[in-house]
Amino acid sequence: MNFDMVIALLAASVQMGTPILYATLGEILTEKSGVLNLGVEGVMAVSALGAFVVAQATGQPWLGVLAGGACGVFMALLHAVACVVLLGNQVVSGLAVTILGLGLSSFMGQPFIGLSAPGFTPFAFPLLSDIPLVGDVFFRGDALVYLSYLLPFALWFFLQRTRLGLEIRAVGEEPEAALAAGLSAERLRMIATLAGGFLIGMGGAYLSLAYTHLWTNGLSGGRGWIAVALVIFAFWNPQRAIIGAYLFGGVMAFQLRLQATGSHISSSLLLMLPYLLTIVVLAASAARGRGDEAPAGLGVNTAPEE
Amino acid sequence: MALRVVKRRNPPAWSAAAILVCALVLSLGVSLALLAAIGKSPVHGLVALWNGSFGSLWAIEDALIKAAPIFLCSLGLAVAFRMQVWNIGAEGQFALGAMGATWAALTFPHAPSWVLLPLMLVYAGLLGAAWGAIPGLLKVKLKANEIITTLMLNYVAIFLLEYMVYGPWKDPASFGFPVTPEFTPSAVIPLLGVGRLHGGVLLCVFAGVLLWAFLRYTRLGYELKACGEGAKVAAYARMPYNRLVLFVLTASGAFAGVAGFVEVSASTGRLMTSIMAGYGYTAIIVAWIARLRPVPIALASFLLAALRVGVENIQLDMEVPAAFGDIMEGLILLTILSGQFFEQYKLVRKGAKNAPAPSASQETAP
Repeated sequence: MNFDMVIALLAASVQMGTPILYATLGEILTEKSGVLNLGVEGVMAVSALGAFVVAQATGQPWLGVLAGGACGVFMALLHAVACVVLLGNQVVSGLAVTILGLGLSSFMGQPFIGLSAPGFTPFAFPLLSDIPLVGDVFFRGDALVYLSYLLPFALWFFLQRTRLGLEIRAVGEEPEAALAAGLSAERLRMIATLAGGFLIGMGGAYLSLAYTHLWTNGLSGGRGWIAVALVIFAFWNPQRAIIGAYLFGGVMAFQLRLQATGSHISSSLLLMLPYLLTIVVLAASAARGRGDEAPAGLGVNTAPEE
Repeated sequence: MALRVVKRRNPPAWSAAAILVCALVLSLGVSLALLAAIGKSPVHGLVALWNGSFGSLWAIEDALIKAAPIFLCSLGLAVAFRMQVWNIGAEGQFALGAMGATWAALTFPHAPSWVLLPLMLVYAGLLGAAWGAIPGLLKVKLKANEIITTLMLNYVAIFLLEYMVYGPWKDPASFGFPVTPEFTPSAVIPLLGVGRLHGGVLLCVFAGVLLWAFLRYTRLGYELKACGEGAKVAAYARMPYNRLVLFVLTASGAFAGVAGFVEVSASTGRLMTSIMAGYGYTAIIVAWIARLRPVPIALASFLLAALRVGVENIQLDMEVPAAFGDIMEGLILLTILSGQFFEQYKLVRKGAKNAPAPSASQETAP
C-alpha cells in the first residue's frame, strides 16, 4: 500500500463517515432531551428514499436533502407521538419505527430500483484543498461533507449556549425538576426529537444522493444502529462524534477496498467487521466511562400535562 | 374542542381487547391505503390477505408451522423483557441454533434419529445460549448496552451463516447454490400424523409448559419476576441482579437456538440463507403484544404467522413487495403501544360535567 492509497482511504473514510455523523448528531440532540430514539435505522431508510424521489422528480439535490429531512421529521414524529405524548415504552417504539421504516422504504422504493437521481459530487474546496494532506483528505468532498464539518460545533453551541438548548438538557437530565420549574417536557422533547429526526434524515439523504446516486434496497445497512452506538462512544458530546463517525467510515472504506482487491478472505467475514467493531467500541467506552455521561432522564417518560 | 387528559382509576377489563382490535383495524387500514398508493386494489388486497391467512386448511397449517419458531423465540424474549433486559438478538441466536443443529446433522449423518435429534437440539440450544451469553457478559462485566450488542450480533450471525453455506458446508452437488447437503432422514423432525404438522409444534407446547412451571414454582423464576423493576429494586431486595441478567440472556438465546433447530430440521431439511426470514424480530412484536405472558404469546405467534402467510399470498397474487409484511408488523406494534395509553388515561372535554376536578387528576407517572 503506497502513500496515495492511504490518502485515498482516509478521504473515503470521511465520505463514508458523513452519513453516520449526521445520524449520530441527530440522535445526540434527541437523547439530550431524554428521548431514546432507536428508530434511527428506519428513519434513515425512509429519508434516503424520500430524498431520492424528490431529487429525481425535481432535478434539485438540495430539495432532495430537504425532503430527506422532512421524512426524518415525519418518522421521528411517529416515535414522539407514541412515547412523548402517549407515554409508550421508548425502546419498543423505536424498534417499531425501525421495522416500519425499513418496510416502507423497500415497499415504496420498489419502482425506483436501479434508477439514478442528480446528487452531490465532490469538488475541491477553494484554497483549503491546497493544504497538503489535510486538503486531500478533508477538502475534496461534496457539499454535504463540508456542511457536516460545521454541524458538531453548531450543535454544541445550541445545547450549551442557548436558552432552548439549556431547557432541552434540563428536561433530559431532571424531568421532574424541569417540570417544577415550569418547563413543558412534552414541548421540549417534541422539539428535540423532531429536530434530531431532521438531522438523521439528512444522513439518510446523503446515502442516496451522495454515497450512491442510485436507488437500491438496504442502503441504510446498519448505519442507523452504528449511530446509536456512537452516541454512547461519544459520551453525548457532538465533537467526539466526529472521531467515531470517521473511525467507522474508515473501517467500511477499508473493507470495501479489501474486497475490491480480491483478497482471499471471504467477503462474508469482511462484512462482519463494522458490526464487530461496534461491539468492541461500545464495550470499551462503556468500561472507560464513569457511567454518568448519559442524560439521567434518558428513556424515562414524564406524566401527561393536564 | 379542547381536550384534557385524566388518569383512569380502574382500567376497564375489556380495554386490552379493545386496544388490540382498534390497533389491528388501524394498521390494516393504513397498510391497505399504502397498497392503493402504489396503484393496487385495496379490496383485492384484503381478500387475498384473508384467503391467504385463514381461507384454507393448508393456510392454517402453514401458519401453525411458521408460528413454532416465532413462539419459541418469543418465549425466551419474554423472560428477558420481564427483567427489562432488552434482548433484540433472537434473530442471531436463531441463526446460531440453526448452525448448531446443522453441525450435528452433518457430523453424525448416520446416527439413528433418537440419538441425532436430541443431539441437534443440544447443539442448537448451546450455540444459541452462547450467542446470548456474549452480550450478557459484556453487560455484566463492562456495562455495555445490550440493545446494541445483541443487535450487532444479529448482523455478525447472519454473515457467519452466509460464510458457512458459501464455504465450508457448501453442498458440492448444489450447482453453486449456497446450501448445505440435504440432511439424512434421521435428522428430520418427524410429522405428527395430523396434516403437515411436525414434532416441532409439540416441542413448543412442551417448552411453554416448562417455562410456565419454571416461572411459577422455582426460586429463580420468582426472583426474575421481582427484578422486573430493574437493578435498584433488585439490589434493595438483595437479589443477584448481574447473575439474573446473564441467566436471562443465556436462556433466551437457548430458546431462540432451539427455534433455529426446528426450522432447519423440520421446515427446510438443510441450512440455507433463506431461513433468516426475520422470525427473531417478529418474536419481539409477539412478546410485546402478548404482554410477556405464555398463553397470549402462543395466540399472538399464530396471529403474526398467519399474517406472514397472508402476505406471501398477496405477494404472489398481486406482485406486491415482501416488505408489505414488515410495514404491517411495524404498524401493529406502534399502534398497540400507543393504544395502551388509553388504558391508563382518558380524554375528557374541558369543562365537561362528569369530569373530576383537575386537582384530583394530577398524578405523577411512575
